Amino acid sequence: MTEPLLQVRDLVVEFPTRRGTLRALDKVSFDIAPGEVLGVVGESGAGKSMTGAAIIGLLEPPGRIAGGSIHLRGHRIDNLPAREMRKIRGKRIGAIFQDPLTTLNPLYTVGRQLTETMQTHLDIDAAEARRRAVGWLEAVGIPAAAERVDAYPHQFSGGMRQRVVIALALCAEPEMVVADEPTTALDVSIQAQVIALLKRLTREKGTSVMLITHDMGVIAETADRVAVMYAGRVAEIGPVRSVVKAAAHPYSAGLMASIPPLSHKVDVLPQIDGAMPRLNAIPQGCAYNPRCPHVFDRCKVERPELIPATETRAACWLFDSHAPRERAHV
Amino acid sequence: MSEASPIFEARDLSRHFDVSKPALQRLLAREGRRTLKAVDGVSFAVPRGTTMSLVGESGCGKSTVARLAVGLYEPSDGQALFEGQDLAAARKSVSQRRRMGMIFQDPYASLNPRWRVADIIGEPIRAFGLATGAALKEKVGSLLRQVGLSPADGGRFPHEFSGGQRQRISIARALSSNPEFLVCDEPTSALDVSVQAQILNLMKQLQRELGLTYLFISHNLAVVRQVSDRVGVMYLGRIVEDAPAETLFTAPRHPYTRALMEAIPDLDMAGRERQPVGGEVPSPISPPSGCTFNPRCPLANDRCRAERPALIAARGTPETRVACHAVEEGRDGFEARAAA
Ligand SMILES: Nc1ncnc2c1ncn2[C@@H]1O[C@H](COP(=O)(O)OP(=O)(O)OP(=O)(O)O)[C@@H](O)[C@H]1O
Ligand SMILES: Nc1ncnc2c1ncn2[C@@H]1O[C@H](COP(=O)(O)OP(=O)(O)OP(=O)(O)O)[C@@H](O)[C@H]1O
Ligand code: SF4
Ligand code: SF4
Ligand SMILES: [Mg+2]
Ligand SMILES: [Mg+2]
Repeated sequence: MTEPLLQVRDLVVEFPTRRGTLRALDKVSFDIAPGEVLGVVGESGAGKSMTGAAIIGLLEPPGRIAGGSIHLRGHRIDNLPAREMRKIRGKRIGAIFQDPLTTLNPLYTVGRQLTETMQTHLDIDAAEARRRAVGWLEAVGIPAAAERVDAYPHQFSGGMRQRVVIALALCAEPEMVVADEPTTALDVSIQAQVIALLKRLTREKGTSVMLITHDMGVIAETADRVAVMYAGRVAEIGPVRSVVKAAAHPYSAGLMASIPPLSHKVDVLPQIDGAMPRLNAIPQGCAYNPRCPHVFDRCKVERPELIPATETRAACWLFDSHAPRERAHV
Repeated sequence: MSEASPIFEARDLSRHFDVSKPALQRLLAREGRRTLKAVDGVSFAVPRGTTMSLVGESGCGKSTVARLAVGLYEPSDGQALFEGQDLAAARKSVSQRRRMGMIFQDPYASLNPRWRVADIIGEPIRAFGLATGAALKEKVGSLLRQVGLSPADGGRFPHEFSGGQRQRISIARALSSNPEFLVCDEPTSALDVSVQAQILNLMKQLQRELGLTYLFISHNLAVVRQVSDRVGVMYLGRIVEDAPAETLFTAPRHPYTRALMEAIPDLDMAGRERQPVGGEVPSPISPPSGCTFNPRCPLANDRCRAERPALIAARGTPETRVACHAVEEGRDGFEARAAA
């Protein structure tokens, strides 16, 4: 097996508040191989963006890493001083944020933002940077890129701005990209174009991608493996086809069943009743146990770790072959 | 008010934006004023208790129609009517204003960061004098539960929530004044599919129980199929097809609608390559002449480049209104597809 590009182990992120410390990520572990696209899905508020922010060293205070480790090509990066981390960010790990407005500077032209990023991180001169800036705008599907390179962000439509953000994240040719909902603001057609670009980069340059999205269509078409998060933990991780088509963990199965069908109209969409627990009220044992149709006694006491399930790894006691399950009488 | 009368109607509705450079620059460059026709002569009606959806590429004018429909923009031309009354006039009355609401596309920009969630949700209730004191608190708590949050969340600030949780807060706020007509601009695109299912089911339940009417905007066509009675497909500020939802999905007529359906990602992982709609969206500042879709249309001919097609009943699917010469002339291959 090749050495993973990114290795996240038992990552814990906490928020100290007046009413006590909230644990937003609770022992999150996964690897991403070179050239691999890891899709990250799960309940909104499950900690997907938080995981991405921890990796690129941009957790918003008072949030802080309180345990575990993050390694990039075998080098630990979660405890680097801010200055060191800034060098990695952009150069080695690119980021596309959920909220595109925070990334672009309204006062600078799109071209200037691209060339400055490239000249900070790559050893190229101004003319080369400008040539490449136009190339990147073309790559993300901005028409007449040579003319529009001198435009300001507000002169672009929402979807075009999002594509500029994507170009910015990729232009320093990082080894890895954390993409948080990169295509949510885009219509299906431009989405297809952006996805094709990400796939080409992974194929040609071996870039790895952590792709956070709610769009299962995008996941199905782009990701190699998928991690499903719930209440700050990884509930299941495995090959994309297995997770989408044959999820083992009851939460992932419920999630996949909620995807609205395109082929016909249903009266009531399948839904998981109830809500994810608040961070200050995560139940003992399996965090999913209050909503789980298969819950049994052990689930309410002992927390399950990721163990081999049918085709994936799932944090669920149903798959513990060593301890035959005793179902609760309900 | 009769059953069939629409709660909302757009009649030849337009909204133009002045996107000229500053006067001095214009003078130096010897160019005139430039107008962007974000919405350009749109007509449709939303009958009470039904859902009309708008779909189309980014920038085609969906959010602008949404803002016109709740009176956040004044029309440049044409009319927006609420129960047959001019919308601007209707909005002058507090009791009428309470009856319409909007869920905005951007959950980051639409919540006041300095207010606690309970105050954000309770503000319309207080403003319209619907409840005070304990009853107000009770109502806010039950709204929070309805959207899958807990009453205790009312004491927190928006920044303490994830993107999807913030969208649920804005949905609770929009529901708080018991509106009858709700404009929903991408209400669920920030949500995971299980919360999305909860919200869509809730919206449908409210419609069944209270007869709510929705104008719904989404680029997720599977979601649109689940909620809509009618669907309008927009292209460059105009409606190019308007059909009953089932007809639109089983027999799409406009070449653009058909291209849009081809671009949907494939969840079955059958290895089907997605077909993005070819070509770029033309500039809305200088749209192509005739049918604005003609530079991207496989069926375009000279007539398409010269003459703007009118939105008329489609041959073969008369409940569909479509703006396309090829459909009108019977050279869109519909009969052959229907026979196959
Ligand atoms: N400043 C904060 N203080 C307290 N809790 C916070 C803060 N910021 C985020 N959280 C909580 O941390 C959890 C994880 O949030 P995160 O943004 O990672 O969710 P997410 O999985 O990205 O959700 P979405 O899909 O909705 O974007 C949420 O429950 C959120 O309420
Ligand atoms: N205040 C404004 N000033 C100038 N142009 C505007 C303004 N608001 C919108 N536009 C332009 O009008 C057109 C339609 O915008 P609108 O926001 O309605 O699109 P949309 O269909 O909602 O797109 P999206 O799917 O990206 O949300 C776009 O070309 C946009 O750039
Ligand atoms: S561990 Fe128990 S409660 Fe948790 S998902 Fe598995 S069966 Fe359900
Ligand atoms: S009118 Fe002509 S160009 Fe426009 S959609 Fe129809 S065939 Fe195509
Ligand atoms: Mg997020
Ligand atoms: Mg919009």
